[in-house]
Amino acid sequence: MQFMINGNRYEAEPDIRTTVLDLLREHLGLTGSKKGCDHGQCGACTVLINGRRVNSCLTLAVMHQDDQITTIEGLGSPEQLHPVQAAFLHHDGYQCGYCTPGQIVSAVGMLDEAAKGWASHVSTDLAEAGLSNSEISERMSGNLCRCAAYPNIIDAIREVAGLGTEVDDVADHMRAQSQKVDS
Amino acid sequence: MKLFEYVRAASPEGAAQAAAVDGAKFIAGGTNLLVLMKLQIEAPEKLVDITRLDLNQIDKREDGGLTIGALVPNSDLAADPSVVESYPVLSRALLAGASGQLRNKATTGGNLLQRTRCYYFYDTAAACNKREPGSGCSAIDGFNRILAVLGTSPHCIATHPSDMAVALRALDAVIVTLRTDGDRRRIPIGEFYRLPGDTPQIETALETGELITAIELPAPPAGRHLYRKVRDRASYAFALVSVAGVVSVEDGRMASAALAFGGLAHMPWRDPAVENALIGERPSDAVFAAAADALLRDAKGFGSNDFKIPLARRTLIASLRELTGEA
Repeated sequence: MQFMINGNRYEAEPDIRTTVLDLLREHLGLTGSKKGCDHGQCGACTVLINGRRVNSCLTLAVMHQDDQITTIEGLGSPEQLHPVQAAFLHHDGYQCGYCTPGQIVSAVGMLDEAAKGWASHVSTDLAEAGLSNSEISERMSGNLCRCAAYPNIIDAIREVAGLGTEVDDVADHMRAQSQKVDS
Repeated sequence: MKLFEYVRAASPEGAAQAAAVDGAKFIAGGTNLLVLMKLQIEAPEKLVDITRLDLNQIDKREDGGLTIGALVPNSDLAADPSVVESYPVLSRALLAGASGQLRNKATTGGNLLQRTRCYYFYDTAAACNKREPGSGCSAIDGFNRILAVLGTSPHCIATHPSDMAVALRALDAVIVTLRTDGDRRRIPIGEFYRLPGDTPQIETALETGELITAIELPAPPAGRHLYRKVRDRASYAFALVSVAGVVSVEDGRMASAALAFGGLAHMPWRDPAVENALIGERPSDAVFAAAADALLRDAKGFGSNDFKIPLARRTLIASLRELTGEA
């Protein structure tokens, strides 16, 4: 079987039951994508397939021989980090780091979805969705962080999305409410 | 995971023929099937990969409705401008389900065919008539807070987990299939799913090898759309109770109402008695309570899911207030 991963062609003959995640980790030495739950619940295995974020543990390698797969190794390099990688470093968006590759790849896919105008469950208007802390939390809910580094992950994503890091949705909302009561 | 034969289908007809044997399964998104295969709850002898078929278009029909290809990913369906504009209940239901990664992979046809999330279905050490017919049901006297209160049987109290299917039930969707003999069928969603009865392992009207090729939506219904989902956490959880509703109000009275429910039964639930209690009436809490009475007249809890009955009542009433309230 032939695979296109991070722009490189790979050949491997894995067992037909092999998932994309096991192909990457066990056959090709690309161990950046992590195995957390192996059931699509934690998001640690997130990769981009043809530019879209998916759980690599829940799809078979044999089904993706003609597809472009991008893993954390393909996003940036130590010398030239992807902006999301740099923002996670800057904001300390992790503790143990195990979920981090999945968080970063998922954030890259999520920002692309938001740029396309895709709404989320928390969007008030399906046709005009924007990003906010609650939008980021909802859109990233498929990535769990056992260390609960969520506030810093949100800050990192806010920076890449151009939202700044000082403004806090919740604090803003509470200020607006108290002003309503005041007036 | 048990070993299987893998076949990539080149045409819908070829796919149906390849799957015309017992033990064969179609695979598309695979987000539910692979979990079940890893746990050996499903052990297909043959997987027919349909992902390369040309079934990923959303087309407007002359009658004003939509035809949605079976392979359209959940993400794309939720974001489709025609769906956002004319069937917002469907977008809302899709966005209320799963995670971004799963919605990117899961397909429209596959979403319809999700298996239950009953704990005992997943626990191969437990009795489950759906997983192993005749073995019994550990859920009826077990931890059943997520399970059904309507349409249950002494053999199974599982719920159907899909949000999308609940919206499709309210929208009177039709499931278009291709049979192994090449014939096409159009199955109204109200006839697609089955109650558990004494064969809970048989969940739909599909025959061996029958391939879902598309979902048809009738012309958009008039009125306000809503999908309200109540769950144990704010995101990425299955429904305890959900309501898909489309209600129109004319001259102060409800002119039409379509209401379907998730989390309550073995299939997306719809009961004409609920809608009959509303149509022609002026919106009021008394009328909404009568609709809830109609919905829940035969509801039966099994202990830890008793709370679903008052929860369904309150969720329906809150949904109807929103559907008929001042904009």
